[in-house]
Parts: sequence; structure tokens; C-alpha cells
Amino acid sequence: MSAPDPESRPRLAPGCRLNEKAQPQRVLLMPERALRLNGPSLEIVERCDGNHTVRQIVTELQKRYSKAEPQKVEEDILGYLARLQEQRALDFE
Amino acid sequence: MGSAVPNPLALVAEITHRCPLHCVYCSNPLELTKRESELPSAVWVRVLREAAELGVLQADFTGGEPLARPDLTELIRAARSAGLYASLITSGLPLDERRLDELVGAGLDHFQLSFQGAHEQSGKEFSGTETHAQKLRVAGWVKRRRIGLTLNFVIHRQNLDELEDMVRLTEEIGPGRVEFAHVQYYGWAFQNRGLLLPTRDQLNRSLEIIKRAEERLRGRVRVEYVVPDYYGRYPKACMGGWGRKVMLVKPDGSVLPCHAANVLPGMTFENVQAKSLREIWQESEAFQMYRGEDWMPELCRNCDRRSQDFGGCRCQAFLLAHDAGATDPVCSLSPQRTIVNEILAETNAIPQGSQVPPPAGEWLYRANPK
Repeated sequence: MSAPDPESRPRLAPGCRLNEKAQPQRVLLMPERALRLNGPSLEIVERCDGNHTVRQIVTELQKRYSKAEPQKVEEDILGYLARLQEQRALDFE
Repeated sequence: MGSAVPNPLALVAEITHRCPLHCVYCSNPLELTKRESELPSAVWVRVLREAAELGVLQADFTGGEPLARPDLTELIRAARSAGLYASLITSGLPLDERRLDELVGAGLDHFQLSFQGAHEQSGKEFSGTETHAQKLRVAGWVKRRRIGLTLNFVIHRQNLDELEDMVRLTEEIGPGRVEFAHVQYYGWAFQNRGLLLPTRDQLNRSLEIIKRAEERLRGRVRVEYVVPDYYGRYPKACMGGWGRKVMLVKPDGSVLPCHAANVLPGMTFENVQAKSLREIWQESEAFQMYRGEDWMPELCRNCDRRSQDFGGCRCQAFLLAHDAGATDPVCSLSPQRTIVNEILAETNAIPQGSQVPPPAGEWLYRANPK
């Protein structure tokens, strides 16, 4: 699994979307699959809108999770994005 | 029982048994619901809303052929209004671009297109209908709209040799997901099982082909391969467990925990026209019958895998061992595994290379409801 290009803009793939904000548990809905999203995973997926670059997502989350090691935050985000792409939940534009 | 029943995640809306195809492997029951017994639109709209209130995330519109219902667009719109993810499980017939745009406009999230073969000839052999050209057209239309597309190739002994062609077709079309799914032996497929169950050699070859396909398609297409559980050591966690994740509403409004449960003797299924979905899910006799562990035979109750596979499939236990409460005979720990072994022995006694399709007269083609 190669690391995502930092200048690319991840966007949820066709058929993949978040459920409504009002619902108690936020979920990433996909064909025959649903991924529960909490805290960091939700914040990452919310930014996969085709506008945020990978770099911007990392920077924003490093700010929000300022107590965590920035390197670790970056690794976790890149790993998560790569996994979502492999499951075809994401495209990098 | 005590603890609250967790919410279902998916509603399978089996909205009609009408269908332009006559697939020899259809999982619908042999007794199909007549058209005049189908639920009216307003009832489906209410059911979808109740499903969402119960915590369901996804509605799968299926059948028969869901496109056979003129109100399908309305039902998809109702699913989305209720907050559900809307999936269509379809043959792609009958459909034109205008109707597809209506479905997409109503909020359709995902289009799952079936294939009975990699070519027109095989497609026709197993569905009794000419469909392949239309399916290719439909796939193209769906790709040009921004919704999910899954190709579902239904696999069995008679078309497994086309697997590489199916992979090639998948690469050409480029869906987000592909499912190569072996037929499951219920309904019409149970009747035709003697012609459908693959040989061990075919299965092993297919595993190699799928492995290579996964490597080629990684990052482009999500690949799923469902193999016949007769060849496994342990049973599948059927439906994610009885009454745990899925509710299926049939065309006449009866609510079942799975496609096949109507074969189980002495079971009454509640109907959405008489009760709310919540009441049926939480309290109905049918849904409670095989929940938890109290019903399990001692073999399962003491087994570490019980929370993984829940003792396997009740309908299969009934179909093979005539006991819905028994361990699924597919389980290698079941004393009735010999039943499955005998079926496999018979299948694998077939001489190599005799994959010529049988004459049409030997298949039991699915009928249409009257």
C-alpha cells in the first residue's frame, strides 16, 4: 500500500457517503458495508470532500489533537486513508 | 431472556416476485407471491420509516426483479427521506436511461447488477432470457452517474470455467465493487443443486484466479468471493446470526429473518400489515426462536466458535438434516457432516472435462407468480 500523495484531494467514492448528522451514531455507508466513525476517524472522513488536500487534513488534525505526537497523527491518517482507498471508499483526486 | 435485542442494520425489501428472468438458481421460495398479494406503496413507505426508527442503516430493494414495480422510484425516495442508504439489487431489466435518472434523482445510492454468465449464451442458458447486451448498456449508464456500482456474477459448476472472462469483463466495466458469488442452495437452487455444486478441482482453480484478480484490481475494484460452504470446515455466520442484523420483508408483508425461513415447519411469520416492525423484530416468535444460545444443541453451546458462526444456518440444518435446531451439517464437528460428505463425493465423481451444459430440459427454470 503506497502512501497517498500529500497534494491529492481525497473524495468519498461513488456510493459512499456519511449518514445524516442528526443520527446518534455517525457511519460511513458503502455498498453492503457500514463503518462506525468516532472522533478522529469521523474528522478524517468529513474532510474527504474533494477540497481538502491530504496535507491539509494532516495539519488540521495535528492542531486538533495537539497533545498527540504529530508524526504519529500523520502516520495514522495516511494509513487510514490508504485503507479506505483500498476498500474503494475513497478516490484521490 | 433479559437483555434488550440489538437493533437490525439492514432491511431487505423483497418488493415483488415478478421477474423477467427465470434463473435456475433463484433463492426465492418455490411458492411465489401473487401480484395481487403485493403490499401497496403506502405500506412500504411506512415500513421504511419504521426500519430507520429501529436503527436500520441500509435498505436493499430486491425481488424477483424490483424494477417490475412501477412505484420503485417512490420507494427509493421514501428510503432516503427516512434516512436510509438505498441499494438496488437488480438484473437491469427492464430499464432505460430515463428511468435510471429518475431512480438516481430519487436518491439511489447503489446499483448492484447481476450477471448470469460472461457472455450472452451462458447468460441465456442460466436465466432463460436474453439479457447480456442490456446489462452491458446498463453498466455503462450507471458508470456515467455518480452512484455506487457492483457487478454480481452468480457462479456455479456450469459457468465457473468462465471466471477469467468474468474478471476481464469486470476490468472493462470498472465498477467500484465486484462480487463473485457461488449460488447458495435454497429455493430453486436447492432443486437444481445436482447441476450447480462445483467440483473440488474447479473450486481450487477458481481460488487461484480470484487471488490473481484481487492483485490486478487492488485499489480499483473491491473484490469479494463467496464460496460454497459445503467445502468449508465450519459453517457461515448466516445473515450475521438469526435475528441479529437483518430483517427481510416479503412481497406480501410477512417478515422473515432470511430468504429461506419459509421452509422451516411450524413457524408463523408476522405481517407488517398487522404489527409494527419494532414489535416484530423484538418480540415475534419467529425472530426469538433462534436468538441467543438457549436453543443451541450442546455441541454448539460448548463450542468456542458459537459467537462467530452461531451454529451456522437453520434453514440448511433443516434442508439437509431435517432438524432446524441442529448444528449446521456443514460444520466438520457435526455428527451429520456425513450428509454433506456424501453430496460432495457424488459431485466429485463426475469425470473431469465434462462441463458441457445439460440440455435445457433438465433445468428447473424459475416460474413467474400467477
